Amino acid sequence: MFKWLDPYAKPQRLYAVCGAWQRVLMPMAWLTLLIGVVWGLGFTPADYQQGDSYRIIHIHVPAAIWSMGAYSSMAIAAFIALVWQIKVAQWAIGAIAPIGACFTLIALFTGSFWGKPMWGTWWEWDARLTSELILLFLYVGVIALQNAFADRETGDKAASLLAMVGVVNLPIIHFSVEWWNTLHQGASITKFAKPSIDPSMLWPLLICMLAFALLLAALTCLRLRTAILQHEQHRSWVRDLAEEPTDAKV
Amino acid sequence: MSIAAVFMATFRRDLRLLARQKSDWLNPLFFFLVVLSLFPLGIGAKPNLLREIAPGIIWIAALLSVLLGAERLFKQDYRDGVLEQLVSARLPLPAYVLAKMAASWCASGLPLIIVSPLLALLLGLSESAFVAVVATLLLGTPLLTLLSALGAALTLSADKGGILLALVILPFYIPLLIFASAAVEQAAFGLPYGAQLAIIAAMLCLALALVPFAVFKALKLNVG
Repeated sequence: MFKWLDPYAKPQRLYAVCGAWQRVLMPMAWLTLLIGVVWGLGFTPADYQQGDSYRIIHIHVPAAIWSMGAYSSMAIAAFIALVWQIKVAQWAIGAIAPIGACFTLIALFTGSFWGKPMWGTWWEWDARLTSELILLFLYVGVIALQNAFADRETGDKAASLLAMVGVVNLPIIHFSVEWWNTLHQGASITKFAKPSIDPSMLWPLLICMLAFALLLAALTCLRLRTAILQHEQHRSWVRDLAEEPTDAKV
Repeated sequence: MSIAAVFMATFRRDLRLLARQKSDWLNPLFFFLVVLSLFPLGIGAKPNLLREIAPGIIWIAALLSVLLGAERLFKQDYRDGVLEQLVSARLPLPAYVLAKMAASWCASGLPLIIVSPLLALLLGLSESAFVAVVATLLLGTPLLTLLSALGAALTLSADKGGILLALVILPFYIPLLIFASAAVEQAAFGLPYGAQLAIIAAMLCLALALVPFAVFKALKLNVG
């Protein structure tokens, strides 16, 4: 495992690798996003029950899924950082956390806009909504902790430890919220009972999910590159890079 | 020094400190009572309403007061260099952490249980609900202490204290809040609440096994 990780642990090498990935991933992300969103919002048939307002699913569901995906990847990075003491993995946490928080916010807002015409309310204390809200709080905690220290290194380490603790707690929080919800208001669960989705609606949704995944990966590469430059700004290779304007622009 | 010796030495020292600095355990206690009496003032003192919201507000007040009490947990040892010495002396730090948390529970958890009969009077709890409050506080406050100690250790050398600690740790309190207030609610209706107590006990065991090591790790990275 360590042998496999080792080449990526070197900041300079990872900077180059992330650059290469970013050049591939970013155009793919925008392309799939464009296709998925235009197809989903413009060309799929309207739902027989929900009319046109269901179309927000193409943004809501991918954002919700990848808000959780971002947290898992953050936890994996935290695990690598804690077990193998790899610094770039710590920096990756700072790179992923704000993206994940944004995805969570998008999921919450689009869900709210969807909920208003469908359930007649902007907010419902439903298990999934509450879990997503708590996920946002966990992201905010990680980001706040990371930025709270005068010494950057300590902030990175503390944030990775918190991300690990969070991932142990996440299932407990999730199931307790679900349990709490069934105790208080069982009826709202049926609102979520999914009708099987028509293939003509499924394809754009799948493309949007892929697009959000690509976007997450591409943005992570971008942010991680910036973090590497910031942390390594006193190293000679970064200075060399800054003096070669053609290479730095990539 | 053995693990038990480190534990006992730290625990005795902290209890002695508590006996001399009375505000350390009196302040969280009064904070708890003040917060509790704010609710009837804000919502209105209708006995039925109070009885209905009592489980929730007791637990919210309890977790806030334990959280605020925990902030100073490692601060003094950090400032005067004791922690640094402990780390560099290679003493069993998890034993020190456990002793710290045990003493902290005596300062912020135990007093809440002792004044809980007062709550029953203030909020008009029935006898069965009162028993449930005591039972959930007995199992739940150690868990609160463990989690807030983790928060205190994580934010030890941070520039911003209190609010950051609350922001980081409050989401982790949610499961306990849910099960503890549900247990009290069930008891108020005369229903069995053993399942909720069992889940709280399970969470306590899990935290007791894992949190001291996470705290240990957090202290080490703050000392550097």
